[in-house]
Amino acid sequence: MTAQELTQNFVIKVDGLTKRYGELVAVDQISFQVKQGELFGFLGPNGAGKTTTVRILTGVIKADEGTALIAGYPAGSLKAKQVAGVVPEMANAYPDLSGWNNLVLMAELYGIPGSEARRRGEKLLEEIGLFSRKDDPVRAYSKGMRQRLILCMALISDPQILFLDEPTTGLDVQSARLIKEMLQRLNASGKSIFLTTHDMDEANQLCDRVAIINRGKIVAIDAPEKLRMAMRGMHSVEVSFTNTVSPEVLAQLPGVNTVRRSGDKYHLYTDVPGDLVVSLVNYTSLAGLKIVSLNILAPSLEDAFVALTEKEAKDA
Amino acid sequence: MPDMALLWQQARRSLAIARKDVRIYYSKGPVIIFGVFFPVFLFLSFTIGRHMTLDFMIPGLLGMILFFTATSISPIVVPWEAQARTLERLMSCPVRMETIILGDILASFVFGVGISLVTIVLGLFLGITVSSPVVFAVAVILAAFCFASLGNVFSIPPTNLPSTVNMIASVVKFPVVFISGIFIPLDQLPVWGQAIAYISPLTYFTDIARSSIQGQSHLPLVIDFLALLGFTALFLAVAMKLHQKTMPRRI
Repeated sequence: MTAQELTQNFVIKVDGLTKRYGELVAVDQISFQVKQGELFGFLGPNGAGKTTTVRILTGVIKADEGTALIAGYPAGSLKAKQVAGVVPEMANAYPDLSGWNNLVLMAELYGIPGSEARRRGEKLLEEIGLFSRKDDPVRAYSKGMRQRLILCMALISDPQILFLDEPTTGLDVQSARLIKEMLQRLNASGKSIFLTTHDMDEANQLCDRVAIINRGKIVAIDAPEKLRMAMRGMHSVEVSFTNTVSPEVLAQLPGVNTVRRSGDKYHLYTDVPGDLVVSLVNYTSLAGLKIVSLNILAPSLEDAFVALTEKEAKDA
Repeated sequence: MPDMALLWQQARRSLAIARKDVRIYYSKGPVIIFGVFFPVFLFLSFTIGRHMTLDFMIPGLLGMILFFTATSISPIVVPWEAQARTLERLMSCPVRMETIILGDILASFVFGVGISLVTIVLGLFLGITVSSPVVFAVAVILAAFCFASLGNVFSIPPTNLPSTVNMIASVVKFPVVFISGIFIPLDQLPVWGQAIAYISPLTYFTDIARSSIQGQSHLPLVIDFLALLGFTALFLAVAMKLHQKTMPRRI
């Protein structure tokens, strides 16, 4: 495979990207690639550098160091912007314009011919459930409707890659579900998607791979399932009893790393969940207890996220 | 050699931005108040009760109207968009910073020319005559573009509050009106007053308007036009250069 073919296979190539705001290093030498057709998640706590990274990739701000290529074009160039659709964080459509006029404006700014823009606009609005409200001013839209419209605005140019910065944050369940379903359909049709999110379930459901960023640095990149499974000691046995049991007693059982109580359940973290179940059953019969429920839980993506970001914070 | 296809593409996108501004900002309260009511009432308060001929009043009124209307939209668009959280979306579109700025200036320019036409028609209805309509029309167009560009310069400080930008603009606009030969002819100003008047672009438009309507100008028309062109180039260059730095700081 030639270098050019390799570049073409990656819709995003980031190398050593750095952005400083005075003393603060918002993004610190990050490097990653996103493959053609991939749905790539970018996770991190508040202030980790997610939005700064998206803004550099979409050409809104410039990096201080490093390079970023979008479909082979330098981030921020007109060609890179032309192939990208963007849903910025906390963005708004023009509230004084109708939903339809917002779409037409975006089509004009991307140079989409009028007839093609009308065809795409009608199809997108039908698909996202806004067609009947297309002539209403956006100020009359709910937050969920606005966010759905902004997604349509990002898609009117039929972009090669879609950037979404926390697209479902604060939305009602129905709008969030509509957006997620649309992202899945778009990805299935071959569109590359770069998604930042706080929602671990969302990342787990949607993303082929995720990068976890903390304090401006990438601490892990992998498939969500692989990240979960790589968390040694994060498997747990969730158990509840008919009577109250002291967590200190459960912590004495062989193989238990830590015990966490939540409501009437105990989470016993372990490297050997099978052995721990046997120990638990033996203990309950000796202590005259009855088990109400017992589940073996693999670490969630949230567990992996917390573990990785906390480890990074300790290392720092 | 400039890429003509790219220039044409960006020019069309500038027009799309200008159309958006026309739809959104022409009916905004601050635009109507600062752009239309303010200059009219200011002019009336300085002219009523004073013995001025119509030939003297109309060029001054036209100068004020054109100056205030053409500088009423271009300062507020960028802070308004930043506040409404539409700016980041616009900046991520395939348009140059110059394209965005030019679009905003165009919207302000059209507003300035449109409202000024009302004043011109009113003047013609009241009996004034324009001796050289073509020269006068070119002056109106050039001055409107110059003032709209100046308006855009007012929005360079990276504040997201339109009221703050309007305050900055007012600090400049009011002194400019008083030093530009609108209420007192340039010939009647002392030498130091004339020296100050020459740093105002409005002076040169008022001079051309007086030449076209009263038949007499303080400076040769060539100087007036060159000065307006020079100010336009300066304001455009400053706006385009400095917005590159401050625009990303608004989001």
